[in-house]
Amino acid sequence: MDKVSFHLSLLSYLVASLSYFIYLAYRGPLVSTLAKWAVTFGLVCQTVTIGIRSSQTGHGPYTTSFEVALFLSWLMVVVYILTEWKYKIRDLGAFVIPLVFVVLLFSAFLSKDTTFVPESEIRFWLTMHRTLSITGYAAFSIAFAAGIMYLIQEHQVKTKKLGIMYFRMPSLEVLDNLNFKVITVGFPLFTLGFMTGSIWNTEMNLPFFSWDITRTLPLVVTWSIYCLIFFGRMAVGLRGKKAAQGAIFGFITVIGTYFLHIL
Amino acid sequence: MMSTESNLVLVGVSHKATPVEIREKLAFNQVKLKASLEHLVRCPEIVENIILSTCNRVEIYARVENSDNGIQLLKDFICDYHALSRGSLDQYFYSYRDNQAIEHLFRVSASLDSMILGEAQILGQVKDAYSTARDLSSTGLVLNQLFEKAFNVAKKVREETGISERGVSISSAAVELAKKIFEDLENHSVMLVGTGEMAELAAKHLISYGVKTVYVASRTYERAASLAQSLNGCALDFESFKEEIYRADIVITSTAAPTFIIHKKMIERAIHKRKNKPIFLIDIAVPRDIAPEVNELENVYLYDIDDLQNVVNANMEERQKEAESAMEIIKQEVTKFNDWFSTLDAVPTIIEMRNRAEEMRKNEVEKALKNLAHLSADDQKIIHQLTQSLINKILHKPTINLKKKTQSKDGHVYLQAIRHLFHLDD
Repeated sequence: MDKVSFHLSLLSYLVASLSYFIYLAYRGPLVSTLAKWAVTFGLVCQTVTIGIRSSQTGHGPYTTSFEVALFLSWLMVVVYILTEWKYKIRDLGAFVIPLVFVVLLFSAFLSKDTTFVPESEIRFWLTMHRTLSITGYAAFSIAFAAGIMYLIQEHQVKTKKLGIMYFRMPSLEVLDNLNFKVITVGFPLFTLGFMTGSIWNTEMNLPFFSWDITRTLPLVVTWSIYCLIFFGRMAVGLRGKKAAQGAIFGFITVIGTYFLHIL
Repeated sequence: MMSTESNLVLVGVSHKATPVEIREKLAFNQVKLKASLEHLVRCPEIVENIILSTCNRVEIYARVENSDNGIQLLKDFICDYHALSRGSLDQYFYSYRDNQAIEHLFRVSASLDSMILGEAQILGQVKDAYSTARDLSSTGLVLNQLFEKAFNVAKKVREETGISERGVSISSAAVELAKKIFEDLENHSVMLVGTGEMAELAAKHLISYGVKTVYVASRTYERAASLAQSLNGCALDFESFKEEIYRADIVITSTAAPTFIIHKKMIERAIHKRKNKPIFLIDIAVPRDIAPEVNELENVYLYDIDDLQNVVNANMEERQKEAESAMEIIKQEVTKFNDWFSTLDAVPTIIEMRNRAEEMRKNEVEKALKNLAHLSADDQKIIHQLTQSLINKILHKPTINLKKKTQSKDGHVYLQAIRHLFHLDD
């Protein structure tokens, strides 16, 4: 059952990705309706998958690398839907949903084994740590998409080559604001995730801040990048192209960190 | 297929083949328009009519008894009404019938026949022409339906193609760019450096899109002051604009200076003061006022007059392309309208009505004959004949009357009533 729902969600996101791409060039009402329904259906199926998996393992989907990818892609869709609903940026889907599809497709190749999670308070801190961090990452993925859109739009306006995307995509201001707003949400969550992770470490009788070059360093780098974007804007007006590049680079380090963790 | 009793025709002249000297002579002003519609509606040849008169076209759409006569009559009417002889004007008239007339109206309403492809004004003008005609009851079912359909088609074309998406004048292209940089122009400011006519026009355009704060700087302070007053802005001394430029989100330059007056350093300082908030520079002066390397700065967007002209040209080409997909939509809609139109024809309705009656007759007779098995074949035949002639007698008068009535002005009412009463559209 969870296999069926997993594959259905994968297929739905593929359909949605293609529809969003077509919608970039061809503004047909049918295409946008198809994209919306495909995303919604995909999310429902994925929620079922997560529900079944959690009832089997007895805890949330955040322990193995498979679960993390599953949970991240699910949260990306949730954050995307909320963003779309709030800001009505119609083409954001063309940049977020393909990413969701890739993350979910990747997870299909990971081991579906479960791991043991200790009971009680220790589990609480782990749940907090992973949920907060992954929600932060999902917000960063939206900033990543907004950053790519910003660079495309900025390039067109700057070089005076106004293609079809110039007309279809929102203004630089809207994209820059979106980038900042999602980072404003994502950065504190990620920071809290970082802190609760350290608490979990101590609960597990490890040092509060266990230093591991392959695991901790990338996290610190990621945190520093978003910290720079977050405070840089307020302090020195770090915005526009640099902020967009920062959001893209930041998300690449997020992905890199994940890979270093599962290696 | 159109019925022979109700032909749609169109006679007109437009900017495409008729010079303005002729068009202005043939135009109907508001007063003339009402009198003309009333005159035409009294013509026995003409069932319905609408006159569309704009500065680019004069067209009469009509439903007439006979196409050839109708077209001649309308041409004569236009010439006679303006007291002109038809001989010299004949070459300018175009006339279309049925499908072509429908297609033409759809193209006109969707602004595919406009001088500036995709401009929005024409739809309003067609709507006005329609509502004037409707108020004077010179329209009936067909033209009402046709024009309502034309408005829908125009809307569909606007929504589904990019025909009116792109600005095709320098100032509209500039506004579009400003909206792609700043989104909402309401909280943004514009600074005019120099008081050129084009700069003023662009500024007015920006103001109409919500820009509230306007600064004007000119070498002659009086000119700056007077323009600032008319734009509800504030005048600046020419030397101080260099220090104040950071306040503006959009800067439009149009001075007669022989060399660059805005350099990279100046904008670099401004952008620093603005904490990297973007700035949009529009240089419409020739020779240029702003050094081109300013565009190398991050968050600075510089467009000169040629850049804007290139944008306009590209937009024009794009509209042309979009016009092709718009034609696809129009072709489909013409077919759809025709399908509806053909239901207005009496003959198919009569056939359907008779088929329906015959079907019922057969069913009922067969049911009855099952209980009358003792009847001989001849007797059964008599029953068949009896019921058939009964149906014929009942439907005879309605058929004759329907044929007659569909040729009159309110024929469609009868047709629709019959279709409704006999459930022919199920």
